[in-house]
Amino acid sequence: MEKYVYIALFAPLLSSLFVALFATRPKILFMGILASLLIGASMISSFILLFYVNAHGALHVKMMDWISAGNLEIPFGFVVDQVSVIMMVTVTFVSTIIHVYSIGYMDHDKSFNRFFSYLSAFVFSMLILVMSDNFVGLFIGWEGVGLCSWLLIGFWYHKPSAAWAANEAFIMNRIADLGMLMGLFLIYWQIGSFQYDIVFASIKFLDISIVTTIGIFLFIGAMGKSAQFPLHTWLADAMEGPTPVSALIHAATMVTAGVYLVIRCGDIYSLIPHIGFAIASLGAFVAVFAASMALVNNDLKRIIAYSTLSQLGYMFVAAGLGAYWIALFHLMTHAFFKSLLFLGAGNVMHAMHDELNIKKMGGLYGSMKATAILMSVASVALAGIYPFAGFFSKDMILEVAFNEGAYFLWFALFIGAGMTAFYSFRLVMLVFFGEKEHTKYGIHPHEAQPFVIYALMPLGLLAVIAGFFEHAFRGFVTKLLTNYDIQIAHGTEVLLIAATLGIAISGISFAIYMYSRGGFSKTLENRFCYKLLINQYFIPKLYELYIMKPFGAISNFLWQKIDVKIIDFSVDMVAKILYTSGEKSRKMQSGNLSDMLRWMVVGIVILLAVAIFYRPIV
Amino acid sequence: MITLTHYLVLSGILFSIGLAGVMRRTNLLMLFFSTEILLNAVNVGFVAVSKYYGDLTGQMFAFFIIAVAASEAAVGLGLLILWYKRNGSVDLTSLQMMKG
Amino acid sequence: MYEVIAFYIFSALTIGLFTVVVMSKNALYAMSALAGGMIFISGFFFILGAEFLGVVQITVYSGAIMALYAFGMMFFDTTRDVKENIRCKKIAYTLSILSSILLIVILCAPLFSQNIEALYPSIQNAGNIQMIGLVLFTKYLVPFELAAIMLLAAMIAGIVLASKKMEMNLEIDEEFEEAKDVK
Repeated sequence: MEKYVYIALFAPLLSSLFVALFATRPKILFMGILASLLIGASMISSFILLFYVNAHGALHVKMMDWISAGNLEIPFGFVVDQVSVIMMVTVTFVSTIIHVYSIGYMDHDKSFNRFFSYLSAFVFSMLILVMSDNFVGLFIGWEGVGLCSWLLIGFWYHKPSAAWAANEAFIMNRIADLGMLMGLFLIYWQIGSFQYDIVFASIKFLDISIVTTIGIFLFIGAMGKSAQFPLHTWLADAMEGPTPVSALIHAATMVTAGVYLVIRCGDIYSLIPHIGFAIASLGAFVAVFAASMALVNNDLKRIIAYSTLSQLGYMFVAAGLGAYWIALFHLMTHAFFKSLLFLGAGNVMHAMHDELNIKKMGGLYGSMKATAILMSVASVALAGIYPFAGFFSKDMILEVAFNEGAYFLWFALFIGAGMTAFYSFRLVMLVFFGEKEHTKYGIHPHEAQPFVIYALMPLGLLAVIAGFFEHAFRGFVTKLLTNYDIQIAHGTEVLLIAATLGIAISGISFAIYMYSRGGFSKTLENRFCYKLLINQYFIPKLYELYIMKPFGAISNFLWQKIDVKIIDFSVDMVAKILYTSGEKSRKMQSGNLSDMLRWMVVGIVILLAVAIFYRPIV
Repeated sequence: MITLTHYLVLSGILFSIGLAGVMRRTNLLMLFFSTEILLNAVNVGFVAVSKYYGDLTGQMFAFFIIAVAASEAAVGLGLLILWYKRNGSVDLTSLQMMKG
Repeated sequence: MYEVIAFYIFSALTIGLFTVVVMSKNALYAMSALAGGMIFISGFFFILGAEFLGVVQITVYSGAIMALYAFGMMFFDTTRDVKENIRCKKIAYTLSILSSILLIVILCAPLFSQNIEALYPSIQNAGNIQMIGLVLFTKYLVPFELAAIMLLAAMIAGIVLASKKMEMNLEIDEEFEEAKDVK
């Protein structure tokens, strides 16, 4: 079985390295196909591993000793257990589809090969992240996906906005990674090992305050990667990258790494339920907060990005409250329908010649039936309508909140569900139905290539049926994760489900009703709350005003005053002194022997003077 | 009574005269004369030290210095004549080729 | 007593003659003064009991080297005054006086290494020449042979350098003279 582990892990690396050789060449179609095949091989290995783990339990592979310094022993080992195999399957499955999709999407891009190299490198990093059996490997993967995210957001680096967004994402993640590193150092300091099994076995003997600190620091790392408040601004800006990237990295896989971390460290967080509750509260806040921003935004990809944020909030609620398997389940279903949504959006963007403003679209159903249907399916799944995938996972998260007695959290999530339904269908209505606004701009939309649509089919299918695997999934995952039972009386449960479904359906109906009549009146746009939402609660502005500007001012001060006037000046001074003294003493070398002899005598006089007056310090 | 210091001071004075000549002269032949003065000044010092310390090494050194001076004069004069034939002058200013 | 008188007389003479060497404008005077100075230096050697060196000084310096210079000077025009464009005389004199003062300060200082052990002590009951012979052909044999080779090499070098293209250059000189005469 070990060979499947290695195939799953190293096929993407091979793909990345091989395609990288042709990175600067013009488009070679074979590179895209090769990368897709190799990722496909990785996916098949992951599925084989899934069945193996299901039948025989977890697989632990130690490839080699990696770091061995003093007391620090870190093997290059991988663990394929119930959690990591689920992540592997999700990641490789979505990646394969996105690789195939990208062959069509990046068709006209001149950096076609480079894109596939980066994308495969990302898959490799993500697999390292989920498969590693120790925190250091996890951190390496963590940084690897951060790097690939930076490369891919800034893929069109000639656009200043893309370069800016890439740097923003990278820097925000660095801030969070510092927190994570602190957590790792604390773990090593207290326990003396980075291995998961050792750490989780001995964490309960530690002082509760230290466990709390570790938990907080690790969650700071998770916050950065999963774009939780207040480090959330980078995710919306990351939409500058190519759409397949948004689908793979900023919706389905990388941003869920934070959730994965919390699930993986479930043994730590179950010791500190108060931190868990704080995580859940933050998750609920982000769920509503991000959904509210999605309500009014007009940028196709940003709406979906905010939706991702909001769904990540849901996952954190479940993970924070200890329902790890539910969080993982939502992570998986969300990966399916959110990547489908993004890829559909990519089709729309292509059809609209990279126009992103949904107010300028409309009536695309006529020309893009397949995409419209797929996106509607994804939206319904996102809104959480029975029997689509989102219903099962999201509804359970609400039940968890109710079950824990956190009625306020439940209510927030409940409102969030309504908002989700509304903005999803606002998007669908504005893009695919209503007035054909795009004709004013002379755009003639066309459907994507057939193989692109076929590539999306499996995702569409899973967005519909993934929910029915709930019981199998639960049975599989809870072999490793602590089980979580929802103990609500049957009547209440039905009532809750009905209420959730009701608010989702009413959100959908409201959206359909309003936008089939031409949307809201323009006067609403002058209201304060609209302005608040469209400006993202002014948070980017606040960051700019209170963090970036002072930081810029300090940097400017250091540059202008300290660097230029002191450091550069002293360095220049040395050069200047040498230069001018050289210039002056150049005259000594007149070539006249008489002058040289005189200088020689000067030297003799100086040496004699030294011989007389110098006394060595004894 | 004449002591070692007397001889050494004399040697120093002669050496300084030689130095003055080396710096003052621009005629190459005269420069050679000045270097002979320098060598002789040093010889006096060596022989004096040899005498007052009862050690023959100083005299040996003076002997070898004379040998070196002889060969220096032979080679130097040969070069000087060659230079004179080529340039018609033995002045230092005619040698001024390596300017910094 | 006569040693003191001899020392001062020789000192005055050598200093004077060497000053003439340094200052004189006429190359012939300078050379004659140098030869005289050399002979008086050999006087010091005799006073100091180094008879062999004194003899060598006279034969090699005053005889061989000065003769060599004299022959060399036959190539140059020695009757004319040496034209020298001396720049910054003051600096030259200041430097030499400064160095002489410093040297004298150093040399007048009491020598504090009193217990110097002679490496090759003078041998009792033997003349200076005998002692030198003993040391030179035992301890200093290799340097002595090397000095011989060096002198041979210098002799060959001197001959080769001085005799290079002799005829050709003489012709040129004659042409030069003829051209002068025509004018």
